[in-house]
Amino acid sequence: MYPARIHDHAIIGDGHSAALISRAGAVNWLCWPRFDGPSLFAALLDAEAGGAFRLGPVGPARATRGYLPDTNVLQTRFEADEGVLVVTDLMPIHEGHTPWLMPERELLRCVVCERGEVRLEVRYEPRPDYGRARTLVKDGGTLGWRLEHAGWLYALRAEVPLRPAPGGGLQGQVTLRAGQCVCFSLTATDDGPAVLPPLGRFSWARVGHTVEAWRSWAAQCRYAGPHRAAVVRSALALKLLTFAPSGAVVAAATTSLPEVLGGQDNWDYRFCWVRDAAFTARAFYGLGYEAEAEAFVSWLLRASWLTQPRLGVFYDVYGRFRTGEEVLPHLGGYAGSRPVRVGNAAATQLQLDSYGEAIDAMAQLARRSRRLDRDELRMMVRLGGYVASMWEAPDEGIWEPRSGRRAHTFSQLSCWMALDRLLKLHELGVFRGVKVPVEGFRTVRARMWETLHRRAWNERLRSYVSTLGGDEVDADLLLMAWYDFEDASSERMLSTHRRILERLEARDGLLYRNEADVLEGEGAFGICGFWRVGVLARGAGGLDEAEAAFRRQLAYANDVGLYAEEISPKTGEGLGNFPQALTHVGLISSALELEAARARREAPGVEVWR
Amino acid sequence: MIGLLRWAVWGFASTLVLTGMLAGSQQLRLTRFNLPFLLGTLVTADRDRAKLYGLGLHLLSGMLFSGLYVAAFAAWGQASWWLGGLVGVLHAGFVLLVVLPVLPALHPRMASESQGPTDVRQLEPPGLLGLNYGARTPVVTLIAHVVFGVLLGALYQL
Repeated sequence: MYPARIHDHAIIGDGHSAALISRAGAVNWLCWPRFDGPSLFAALLDAEAGGAFRLGPVGPARATRGYLPDTNVLQTRFEADEGVLVVTDLMPIHEGHTPWLMPERELLRCVVCERGEVRLEVRYEPRPDYGRARTLVKDGGTLGWRLEHAGWLYALRAEVPLRPAPGGGLQGQVTLRAGQCVCFSLTATDDGPAVLPPLGRFSWARVGHTVEAWRSWAAQCRYAGPHRAAVVRSALALKLLTFAPSGAVVAAATTSLPEVLGGQDNWDYRFCWVRDAAFTARAFYGLGYEAEAEAFVSWLLRASWLTQPRLGVFYDVYGRFRTGEEVLPHLGGYAGSRPVRVGNAAATQLQLDSYGEAIDAMAQLARRSRRLDRDELRMMVRLGGYVASMWEAPDEGIWEPRSGRRAHTFSQLSCWMALDRLLKLHELGVFRGVKVPVEGFRTVRARMWETLHRRAWNERLRSYVSTLGGDEVDADLLLMAWYDFEDASSERMLSTHRRILERLEARDGLLYRNEADVLEGEGAFGICGFWRVGVLARGAGGLDEAEAAFRRQLAYANDVGLYAEEISPKTGEGLGNFPQALTHVGLISSALELEAARARREAPGVEVWR
Repeated sequence: MIGLLRWAVWGFASTLVLTGMLAGSQQLRLTRFNLPFLLGTLVTADRDRAKLYGLGLHLLSGMLFSGLYVAAFAAWGQASWWLGGLVGVLHAGFVLLVVLPVLPALHPRMASESQGPTDVRQLEPPGLLGLNYGARTPVVTLIAHVVFGVLLGALYQL
């Protein structure tokens, strides 16, 4: 049994860590002090051993929920026969300095009875270290309920009397009448003295400050198209997945949520993939969030500095190369999907497409701000040199399978893009004072072009194919237009688009990544449907067709506008890690593509967003 | 003059070692006790600045306390590692048994166990022997101060 579906969760966070909260009011996932820290609550992966923190009415109730507009503050409304309870969940944040002390990490939950008289039930079952630690919650009197583990103090302060529950943890019930409210503050720190915020009006003041801070950030979004609500929600989700001290964006907030229910493809995504940098930076830049884009690319420059000219597939939020992977056998996994893994052994794979994405991200920074210093420009050239020497090598490719290396079209396409971007930057004069082997890069780029046109094209299928000389298609080929390798309205691209749709469409615009996924029963991959919207907007279809495809993709978000990595074609629900940054990046990018296409239709020849 | 210089140099060196030991013990998860943070919150509510200001205050107070050690050496008529260690035991005992218990009354941002946190007073009080900051806090504090005294006594006699 598992406590709630992936799709039933919403996320809150504070720029360091994130919590997933179910429709039933249970915090089923929380890792502290960072995204990739050990979990305190992991009921998503094991309802018994994982731990959770539930607030909700005793007895049946109808739950509806949503974020307060333009914020990451969640409100869940329980309508029971006796009345209505509203739970407000957040991790407090503040703009600038405050006159009071702030806890290192805090989860704040405030409950109000809006109508009638409702009995509130509290169940607090902390299980530190992914449920491996055996610890007791101790009564600290006015200082709250205290749990100490590995040098960390987890303190729960509540306005509801609690008592120890059988099996550990705490439980309690209280009857709330209309207008009454109670607050719960769960803090974590490795500092002594801990900061223990008072409850009551002080809690509500912090709710107000946090709402204000999120709204002020969301107001900076300069997208003004018809899908603003979805775009702002995606931007807010990306911001929640951004580690504030470094600017790194983690791929998702969770580990080991399965791509196939009951399957073994359960990976840890709480790290920052190099590949995502270009997509993410472009999305942030497109929305007007220059600081976030520059912070992420700067993190990439720092992270890759020690490993250059080789790049890790991903780094942690501080830019450290992490290669370890551990199986947690004591956790049953979501819907029995085992093993549960922490860490990700894909770190050491060869994924040549990452080089193209990294160079593209750095090129965006160089083009927009020209803030790259000479050493960073030299590093870009060294990465280009590595690409020029390695582009023909078989690699694991963008989808990082653990089944061996092949000559992937998309990897070689990304290598072509890497050299193309470098040469264009050189033409713009960005590499002043830095030696660039221009002729060598041009020669290799031409060879890549020729190879891709000749060997990645399958005349029988009338389509580009996923591996050189192969006969299968892959949704990543839709990015050929995005990378300026093929015009979206070229005959080859139109034909490839048709073939992808024919072989990979799950239903109603949902696309599988590749033909292996179709056979293995995986879900449709979230971002691929958005890539298709981009190709349509660029010329493979009309604007109206692109707009319709985009609206269909929007329908697969959950009730609070969030996407997982994949979408089940059968149920339309999320599969895989959640929420997935790349899917939200895809939504933003395709919304921006639609705006650009709209602007082109109204004023041909004007390039609006690149 | 030479005595003053020896106090300044070796007092500062011993304080650095004490600070390093306390910070290291927190990093090793032996205790949560963060003395610079506790001292820094006397003057600011900003947690990052508190750690910076607190470091300065801790170095300063280390110098002042080392002056008391030097005074003890002068009164005894000699400095030695064991005498320094003995004063360190007294110093740690004073901190654990006298300073920490009265801290909620002295610290403007510290809550008391009887009243709990308020808008202004949100810091967790240390409790008996600083045990609220971890069960090993008294031992870590004692060892760090004994090392401080042993070092100062040994170096001062050179």
